[in-house]
Amino acid sequence: MSSAVKAVLTRPLVTENPITLQILGICSSLAVTTSLNVAIVMCVALTVVTGFSNFFISLVRNYMPSSIRIIIQMAIISALVIAVDQLLQAFAYEISKQLSVFVGLIITNCIVMGRAEAFAMKNPPVISFMDGIGNGLGYSMVLLILASIRELFGSGSLFGMEILPLVANGGWYQPNGLMLLAPSAFFIIGFLIWIVRTKRVEQVEKTEFRLAPHTVQEVAH
Amino acid sequence: MGLRKILDDMAPQFEKGGRHEKWYPLYEAVDTIFYSPGRVTVSGAHVRDGVDLKRIMITVWLAVFPAMFYGMYNLGYQATSGMANMGLTSTGDWHAFWIELFSSYNPASAWDCLWYGAVYYIPIYAVVFIVGGFWEVLFAMIRKHEVNEGFFVTSILFSLIVPPDIPLWQAALGITFGVVVGKELFGGTGKNFINPALAGRAFLFFAYAPQMSGDAVWTAVDGFSGATSLGQLASQGLPAVSMATGQELTWMDAFIGREQGAIGETSTLAILIGAAVLLISKIASWRIMLGVFLGMVGFSTFLNVIGSDTNHLFATPWYWHVVLGGFAFGMVFMATDPVSSAMTNTGKWVFGALIGFMAVMIRVMNPAYPEGMMLAILFANLFAPLIDNLVVRANIRRRIARNGI
Repeated sequence: MSSAVKAVLTRPLVTENPITLQILGICSSLAVTTSLNVAIVMCVALTVVTGFSNFFISLVRNYMPSSIRIIIQMAIISALVIAVDQLLQAFAYEISKQLSVFVGLIITNCIVMGRAEAFAMKNPPVISFMDGIGNGLGYSMVLLILASIRELFGSGSLFGMEILPLVANGGWYQPNGLMLLAPSAFFIIGFLIWIVRTKRVEQVEKTEFRLAPHTVQEVAH
Repeated sequence: MGLRKILDDMAPQFEKGGRHEKWYPLYEAVDTIFYSPGRVTVSGAHVRDGVDLKRIMITVWLAVFPAMFYGMYNLGYQATSGMANMGLTSTGDWHAFWIELFSSYNPASAWDCLWYGAVYYIPIYAVVFIVGGFWEVLFAMIRKHEVNEGFFVTSILFSLIVPPDIPLWQAALGITFGVVVGKELFGGTGKNFINPALAGRAFLFFAYAPQMSGDAVWTAVDGFSGATSLGQLASQGLPAVSMATGQELTWMDAFIGREQGAIGETSTLAILIGAAVLLISKIASWRIMLGVFLGMVGFSTFLNVIGSDTNHLFATPWYWHVVLGGFAFGMVFMATDPVSSAMTNTGKWVFGALIGFMAVMIRVMNPAYPEGMMLAILFANLFAPLIDNLVVRANIRRRIARNGI
């Protein structure tokens, strides 16, 4: 694997993670992370769509008039999303019902559009494909972390298997209802960003306004 | 001055380069409990006054005491009368040992009720204080700032707005969320944009809804179910509101606090005594309190006038809104939090009125949340900076117009 390919595949994992650094794709990461099963399907769907949309957009990038490029990109992305949606309905009907509108909403997912505009429009198809997969993996990583925390503490299970026995079933674990509500994903993303930026200080934004330090004088007690 | 000498002798160990440098925040906290700080600010705009953060916070802490002691008494009274109704003679858990050590279960005896309440309340307060204090000191040590007395207030307020029956681990979790996410993440005391005690309460409310609301948690007896007065009001209307003993709840009962509810919120009278202390010492803003009150009176009267055939809560008069639920407690102790409320004088009126309006709105319009005060205050906390910004800009515009620039 050449170093360029390696870079586009691995940089989006932590260094340029679409969720924790670029703060893209937040809506779907709040909506589909209450259970791991659903989250995994969403991750696969998004990664596939981002990869292929980058690939096809990059193929036609030199033939698109700049003024209508967004419409062409949307047409390609929508076609891919519809294909994924139909496949899910055909082969994973239960999960596609739980994902409801969120598969369709991949069309408007900022990560897909963002990579198409920022990368695929300027780079050849294969590397663009890799970039799409890399960003999809970065997104997937955060989604899986969110979903494991939320499912474990919200329903006491992972992949639907009971890990922490619930009080309702005679166990000891009192499920935390907040974890099943969307705000908890915000909190966890916040904590993730905190952890990442403690390790990678260069990601911290410059403060817009700094308070002047106050001057202090010793006086007698 | 023996104590001063002991502290001064210890000082080098805690200062930069000393052996216990890490523990400086704790040393500083102990030192300033006994003596006023040895350092003063010399530059920048600041108020010179005899009162400092420590005194303000301790005054608030003391002002909560009437509500706290009445809350303990009432907790015991509600529980023992509930037990009498159910024919129980002992709580049958670890509380029973302590209760029976010094008292019996007689609802007519003030001592029995107070002691029963203390046996339930003091562990809650102790857990909240220790767990919350742990986070406060941890952040102080890592971020190298002083430990703040604001935590005294946060901990006592938090412990008074939870249901009497709360499991202790939930109290610990709630105060952890309140202190860490509600305050320390944003930089600690003075930089939190929401009230930490309410943030912790809101966390518990959404995380453990069955233990935080409903009708099984408001009396500290296992298996006794009785909704708060507000809950009864929401489900059946005013005439049906009754006490744990089954009698009808009069306005005077509700004012004095002979009803079920979170530990500290029941007695409007005890809360008003605290309010008087805060207002006389000019620690809490009268503008905010009056704003909350007027906002509530205005909107509830408006709802009385328009009326509704389908929602009987429209008819609740303002003087019942004051005495039921957490309205008074929130108005006096929560809304007036100087950090998370509006700073400008005009802004305080708007901020208060917004709370009063939202509290009634949520209570009356949303049957899922009989108690609206917590959410109303958190909501208004979010708007406080915007309100201040608008007030300041309006003032600038007015002065520009006046001076014809």
